[in-house]
Amino acid sequence: MYAYDELDRTLINERVSEFRDQVKRRLSGELTEDEFKMLRLQNGVYLQLHAYMFRVAIPYGTLSSKQLRRLAHVARRYDRGYGHFTTRQNIQYNWIKLSDLPDALADLAEVGIHAMQTSGNNMRNVTSDQWAGVAPGEVEDPRIWSEILRQHTTLHPEFSFLPRKFKIAITASEHDRAAIKVHDIGLRLHKNADGETGFEVLVGGGLGRTPFIAKIIKPFVHGRDILSYVEAILRVYNQYGRRDNIYKARIKILVHELGIEKFAREVDEEWKQMGHSALTLDHSAIEEVRSRFSYPAYEKLPHMPDELKQAAHDPLFERWRKNSVAPHKVQGYSIVTLSLKPVGGPPGDATADQMDAVADLADKYSFGEIRVGHEQNLVLPHVAKRDLPQLWKALDRLGLATPNVNLVTDIIACPGLDYCSLANARSIPIAQELTRRFANHDTAEMIGRLHINISGCINACGHHHVGHIGILGVEKNGEEFYQITIGGRADENAQMGVLIGPAVPYAEVADVIEDIVEAYLALRDRPEELFVDTVKRLGVEPFKERVYATR
Amino acid sequence: MTSPLQQKIKITGPSMVTANRTSDGIVIYRTAQQGWSASLSDAAIVRTSDEARALLAEANADDVGAVGAYIAPVELKDSGEIKPGNLRERIRSKGLTIDLLPA
Repeated sequence: MYAYDELDRTLINERVSEFRDQVKRRLSGELTEDEFKMLRLQNGVYLQLHAYMFRVAIPYGTLSSKQLRRLAHVARRYDRGYGHFTTRQNIQYNWIKLSDLPDALADLAEVGIHAMQTSGNNMRNVTSDQWAGVAPGEVEDPRIWSEILRQHTTLHPEFSFLPRKFKIAITASEHDRAAIKVHDIGLRLHKNADGETGFEVLVGGGLGRTPFIAKIIKPFVHGRDILSYVEAILRVYNQYGRRDNIYKARIKILVHELGIEKFAREVDEEWKQMGHSALTLDHSAIEEVRSRFSYPAYEKLPHMPDELKQAAHDPLFERWRKNSVAPHKVQGYSIVTLSLKPVGGPPGDATADQMDAVADLADKYSFGEIRVGHEQNLVLPHVAKRDLPQLWKALDRLGLATPNVNLVTDIIACPGLDYCSLANARSIPIAQELTRRFANHDTAEMIGRLHINISGCINACGHHHVGHIGILGVEKNGEEFYQITIGGRADENAQMGVLIGPAVPYAEVADVIEDIVEAYLALRDRPEELFVDTVKRLGVEPFKERVYATR
Repeated sequence: MTSPLQQKIKITGPSMVTANRTSDGIVIYRTAQQGWSASLSDAAIVRTSDEARALLAEANADDVGAVGAYIAPVELKDSGEIKPGNLRERIRSKGLTIDLLPA
């Protein structure tokens, strides 16, 4: 966990006071909506179909149990008793009153949570691997660097009015769980030939209307130089990014139009001019941030405790363990994913009662720490293996032990037209129907790893481009239709999915997905060949034929 | 002088003006009594582009009470009942189409 210092606390509290005054002036009419809109957006407040939506940042996806309880409190006191975890390590409340927002922010500020820069054309929440600090084989904890970037870019005047929003993700593992290749800047921590720690820097990735996989701009930037290098990229973007056309304003368009080589030259020139600026991080500055992260006092535990051996006789426990429990860097411990994808439920939603209960379980079994992943699930990052059977029973009672992590029903979905003012079509009911179609766990396990991502519009909050199966809602003559892509992926081999054919109406989507999955089962050359690998081997044609032959 | 945006207003059937209430964001409809109601049945119905433009201008003038006013189609039943004219407005009027809890 990262412990905020006095500066952080002062900043957050001042922001609450400032926003309280702004809301007061808006409600009295002293501020018009035109004047107020940018101010509310800078505090994560959108206006959606039914109400205001409040987006709260969970920096690099790390929460303490105290913070999670406070998120539950906000859901219960100011909203309708639930929240929605997003694909960028935020939580959204869908029904909050503008008049209640200052109090909600004040309650969050007491535990070091805020909503700064969760919207607007600035640096958004810096995200990271939800297994950061506990994943075996990790170079080092990427959250140290996420925090350095968070501190530097929060309310940075030069980057508060960028051409468009800007998102950074960081990973320190070979397997990318942070989707860094579809971010404006993706950072991968690694060591160079001399054993020094630094970053592979990628730039210009993104989804939305014009999707791009990020390109490597520099294979190795030393850790001490990462702030200045990121700032050089931002300066070039700030100078040349399109402000005349919102659809061409993201850095991915600039990188694409200039070409990565020319863009890199511009950045290098800027970086050179910055020289050894104040942004060069000395060892003590890095260690100061590192020292504010606390790590659990792990016990020395056996690799295979008796409790786990006994529980292995229970097939239901074993099914959950295989899908939800991952190896930890410390012997005797595990990383446990809590599925927020129950059959028939809205993906990523958690009730206030569930949040409180997870906080209690985190205190009991995970040193009081919880993580949030971009796949819209929660994680308990430090669970002793001996405690897994008890934890499973508790999670099962809470509806948080659906054994579907990374399976076909572990669906990423945006709020869609049920909530969102930008959406053209609904996402959640499509996801709910699909979880019912594939509710049989034997079938889901037989299918294997398969990520379905659903977006209700081209803005792609549901990351449909990089779903193994992507579903994009569009509107045709007042009706909801859905384009289907296959073969996308968001990991270290990230690529965009390929459209299989004409959009299909709402009522046919689940049938089409079933057809695609059945085609895969018939076409895979062995049970271990994942869906996405079968698509890679055969292309989209066999799937297209299956879907459209009878339609 | 009419703004370019206002000049573009063109309706093809019965319509109303809707917005969200500033204080709490709930869906509201402009009434014929120059106020707002949370019930679509109270909405003022316009049938020409000029009427729509006038109703929207009146709604926009209330910047304190409402946010984001716009014109949306409605369906008028023989019984006189006012129904939302598209899916977006059906969802705004009737609420979520989904189960919040697993079912």
